[in-house]
Amino acid sequence: MGKKLLLQHDHVPGIHSYEVYRKHGGYASVEKAMKQLSAEAVVEEIKKSGLRGRGGAGFPTGMKWSFLAKPPGVPRYLVCNADESEPGTFKDRYLMERHPHLLIEGMITSSFALGANTSYIYIRGEYFYVSRILEKAIEEAYANGWLGKNILGTGYDLDLYVQVGAGAYICGEETALLESLEGKRGNPRIKPPFPAIAGLYGCPTVVNNVETIAAVVPIVTMGGDEYAKIGIGKSTGTKLISASGHINKPGVYEIELGVPVEEFIYSEEYCGGIKNGKQLKAVVAGGSSVPILPAHLILKTVNGEPRLMSYESLSDGGFATGTMLGSGGFIVMDEDTSIVKNLWNFTRFYHHESCGQCSPCREGTGWMEKILHRILHGHGKISDIDLLWDIQGKIEGKTICPLGDAAAWPVAAAIRHFRSEFEEYVKNPGSIQDVKHYYRLNNLTEA
Amino acid sequence: MPKVTIDGQMIEVPDGTTILQAARMIGGPIVPPAMCYYSSLKTSGGYCRTCIVKVSKGSEKDPRPMPKPVASCRTTVMDGMEVQNITSPEVVEARKGVVEFLLLNHPLDCPICDQAGECHLQDLAYEHGLSKTRYEFERRTFEKIDIGEKIKLHMTRCILCYRCVKVADQVTNKRVHGVMNRGDVAEISTYIQHAVDNDFSGNMIDVCPVGALTDRTFRFQSRIWNVNPMDAHRDCKTCSGKVTLWMKGNDVARVSARKDKYGEVIDWICNDCRFEKKDAHDWQMDGPTNIERHSVISQNHYSLKEPAHKPLLNTLYTAPADRQLNSNN
Repeated sequence: MGKKLLLQHDHVPGIHSYEVYRKHGGYASVEKAMKQLSAEAVVEEIKKSGLRGRGGAGFPTGMKWSFLAKPPGVPRYLVCNADESEPGTFKDRYLMERHPHLLIEGMITSSFALGANTSYIYIRGEYFYVSRILEKAIEEAYANGWLGKNILGTGYDLDLYVQVGAGAYICGEETALLESLEGKRGNPRIKPPFPAIAGLYGCPTVVNNVETIAAVVPIVTMGGDEYAKIGIGKSTGTKLISASGHINKPGVYEIELGVPVEEFIYSEEYCGGIKNGKQLKAVVAGGSSVPILPAHLILKTVNGEPRLMSYESLSDGGFATGTMLGSGGFIVMDEDTSIVKNLWNFTRFYHHESCGQCSPCREGTGWMEKILHRILHGHGKISDIDLLWDIQGKIEGKTICPLGDAAAWPVAAAIRHFRSEFEEYVKNPGSIQDVKHYYRLNNLTEA
Repeated sequence: MPKVTIDGQMIEVPDGTTILQAARMIGGPIVPPAMCYYSSLKTSGGYCRTCIVKVSKGSEKDPRPMPKPVASCRTTVMDGMEVQNITSPEVVEARKGVVEFLLLNHPLDCPICDQAGECHLQDLAYEHGLSKTRYEFERRTFEKIDIGEKIKLHMTRCILCYRCVKVADQVTNKRVHGVMNRGDVAEISTYIQHAVDNDFSGNMIDVCPVGALTDRTFRFQSRIWNVNPMDAHRDCKTCSGKVTLWMKGNDVARVSARKDKYGEVIDWICNDCRFEKKDAHDWQMDGPTNIERHSVISQNHYSLKEPAHKPLLNTLYTAPADRQLNSNN
């Protein structure tokens, strides 16, 4: 059994309620931070722990916190990004649903460390029922003196609010999130300035993912050095993985970073192998926007070393033969999966979610979707594959926010590793698996 | 004062200058094109991505190159920064891609568009675009709508540069229009077709780089190269009163704000000057507008630089007082 830090009390009935949570050592990190440590010391512990942002980019959290500008007389904010919208990622929902107090405890400790007196949890609109759970937990925290004025008699005040978004993928981008939180249209801002200098209402702001903030709790309780011993290399600690697709046991798993991918897929402790005894075809390892990898590259790196579930190992080989840990949305595909159809589905998502602010993403995502739709339904040309490659290259890195990259990477990777499958769709439209859909779309009666 | 090198040319610029502004100070072919940036509108720019450049050296302190191409209109120069624009094949190629994206859903019907001849997208496509479209799908279209009495919006032609939104925010005192929906169905619109009615709303027409916002008092009355631009002014209580008159013979066909060589408005003008003063007697002529030689507008016309035309112009326009053009003021 791997070490569990976030989900260690997952089996305890009623852990979502304050009493049970407190009985199992809850809010100890707040006590420790406020009574034994200072705000600076907490930041120092986070730095020592080597914690990296769990939202997808993997930026060191301690460093992000130390970038926060601290001009006198200006309020600072901590915003929790609970706009978890990456297809294939559902770990934050699980965490908030079952362990709301863990997030709130993390918010209090982190806000104290950053000197923020007002903090927000920005949650996506589709998680409305989760916002109710959080609000109830916040109420309990207020009632027990963990929030409000003069917490634990230290003179530190903190107010915590839950803000529900209207349901947009783009609002998971930190500056779009801040715009939306301010009540504006959720368009990403042009950086610089970064939120650490001018974020919410123009004040210095830190935006962290739910899991990152939850991870602050065990780090403060056990100490940064102790936390850094878990995991492998620069990938310290544990990570929640949302496993989905053609596996026997889909769900959220807390893994110690460094578990071999092969073990994660096939062991009974985690995914339990491929469903119906089929063969593994491909894996999208970190949410829909990271490059897809075929079975031989996800299990072993190009050098023949076993690939591990860690930031470094998954990105070994760059995008040519590697991928990214991303947000931990682990999508497994068996031998019967159509990569083209899967890619069309992803691209359709990015087309739908593009905010329309900058031209490459606004126009390019729709164009790629239309071409893929055409290929999928038997009207494609061989030149379409090269065109797709060209379009993704013209989107990647040319946009304001990373949504453009997120839309381009899956297309690039699918063509890079599965080009023959695209060609098959073009050359033999008869091989289309979803014949019924094809006929319905073209108003034809099935022969 | 930071020093920046753009395509091998060094210039010293004030703090806070953007790469695009620095390039404009140098001038010439190294100036990146801009479709959404507008120097007089705050927070404009960054959307269209045509002005992207490569920063091959960040600054003297941190010489690392920037990992991605940056929007030159929104990136501030640092001391010792080195920028590549037309000398970088990647940038030229990326810009070609951006132009293609901008034209993807834009109708290619310039011959029937009222903006033809003074359209920035047309110029941009001519200079940086492909000669053929690779897009084989139906283009998105919208119904034309009247926003207010004087302005026609044809969203089909819009490239979502946000300039008109910024004008409404910063030049007029009340914004009633904005961007609705998202992605490739995002559109500029007024809430439930609310009329745009404001003293300065007409400036939205001038900042529109394409034919999406046009002047209903001029729409389809003349091709732009068949009217003569003349600088003129009048005493106006609400604005500077400095305008360009577009003359058809002795009649004023259209009034617009004066623009600099990058197509940007120099002084905002009010709707009274723009839409109501369509009589040459309302104005005092300052002389012909200097239009760049390469522009289609100056075809078959004149240029101030050509001395042969000077006497003719002088007889026509140096003695407005004698001819009492201004008698009603």
